[in-house]
Amino acid sequence: MVTIELDPPDWPGHQAGQHLDVRLTAEDGYTAEREYSIASAPGEPVAITVERLEDGEVSPYLTGELRAGDQLELRGPVGGYFVWEPGDGGPLLLLAGGSGVVPLRSILRHRQRTGSDVPSCLLYSSRTLPDVIYRDELDTYHDGVQVSYTLTRGQPAGWTGHTGRINQALLAEVAWPAGANPLAYICGPTSFVEAAAAALVGLGYLPERVKTERFGSTGGH
Amino acid sequence: MSPVSRGFRHLHRAPAGQEDRVPPGQYVTDGFPVLSAGPTPHTPLGRWTFSITQGGQTRKSWTWQEFRALPTETVTVDIHCVTRWSKLDTVWQGVSVDTLLDQVEHDAPYVMAFCDGGYTTNLPIEDVTGGQAWVAFGYDDGPLESEHGGPARLLVPHLYFWKSAKWVRGLDLRDTDEPGFWETYGYHIYGDPWKEQRYAGD
Repeated sequence: MVTIELDPPDWPGHQAGQHLDVRLTAEDGYTAEREYSIASAPGEPVAITVERLEDGEVSPYLTGELRAGDQLELRGPVGGYFVWEPGDGGPLLLLAGGSGVVPLRSILRHRQRTGSDVPSCLLYSSRTLPDVIYRDELDTYHDGVQVSYTLTRGQPAGWTGHTGRINQALLAEVAWPAGANPLAYICGPTSFVEAAAAALVGLGYLPERVKTERFGSTGGH
Repeated sequence: MSPVSRGFRHLHRAPAGQEDRVPPGQYVTDGFPVLSAGPTPHTPLGRWTFSITQGGQTRKSWTWQEFRALPTETVTVDIHCVTRWSKLDTVWQGVSVDTLLDQVEHDAPYVMAFCDGGYTTNLPIEDVTGGQAWVAFGYDDGPLESEHGGPARLLVPHLYFWKSAKWVRGLDLRDTDEPGFWETYGYHIYGDPWKEQRYAGD
């Protein structure tokens, strides 16, 4: 997992939750382009966090070959639906599966930087504790932001947090009640998003207030 | 001219002999990724209808049983997602949009597909007629799974796949080409993968 800070000239600014396209060009002219969620808040230097996928084409390059000072071809920002502004309100429920936390981190940072007091809850599903991205940062949140983890593949000795995949019972315990009319953002692998979104609807969340962003196991990233 | 990315070598190549089937900027996948903006709706078949509407009026509507009694076609097509995956030789069962529109007299130049969950997408009528578009209910010899748009989705394989609206419930006949859901969020109004019409202005 690598966070790459970018310095695009003429960046028009982005919204929390948007993504950008990175294009690589080989010497023979072949190009490969992939989308990455923007990890930084609006107004901060543009950054992406890239998970290395062993069978991938672009992520091994970005996490292994790329050096500070290299040039990258970018396009963006892209996507205007999976975004949050303080005026959108809340209470906010952010559900992250693995590296799906990246755009949600941008939303939390944006909330912090704008001084928003929208009550927010992040539930982050990770294989193990060391797999949690931005843990040091996430653990500093307080004052209206509740962060909790559920570990699905193994827990350290003495772990008192949640275990297992996100399901309706866990959400009933951790998430805002549907009566609070929460605004939910879910990002992660398809199976995670599918299960989490269905569970929220089962708990009475309004489908139009549940926004999802999925990345499938395409074998191509 | 794009700068060369030092040390970047490509791994993905189109299968031999099929290079001309993969549009620019796409890679071929064997998987079937899922992309959608919200929860998967689950409308019971007893409440499902497919409608042709115009100006707020329902011109024609089919129940699931009536829809499934229409002539069906099995088609093998290549599909291309704007997120850059392409999938070759996908096999679908569906009702041709020609079969549906033939039952309504009209001269509308555009349609807006509408769906459970509120999704919409706009298409020129000439792109959904002439044997180019289907309302698909079957995939790979089985029913179309809900996460892939079942019970039925639009299938317009010659355009980027967001035009193949999941959970489709009807077509609204339009006089003008107005943007649908993703088209209002910066994606291209038409979406031709061979011209790489990904975003507005491409």
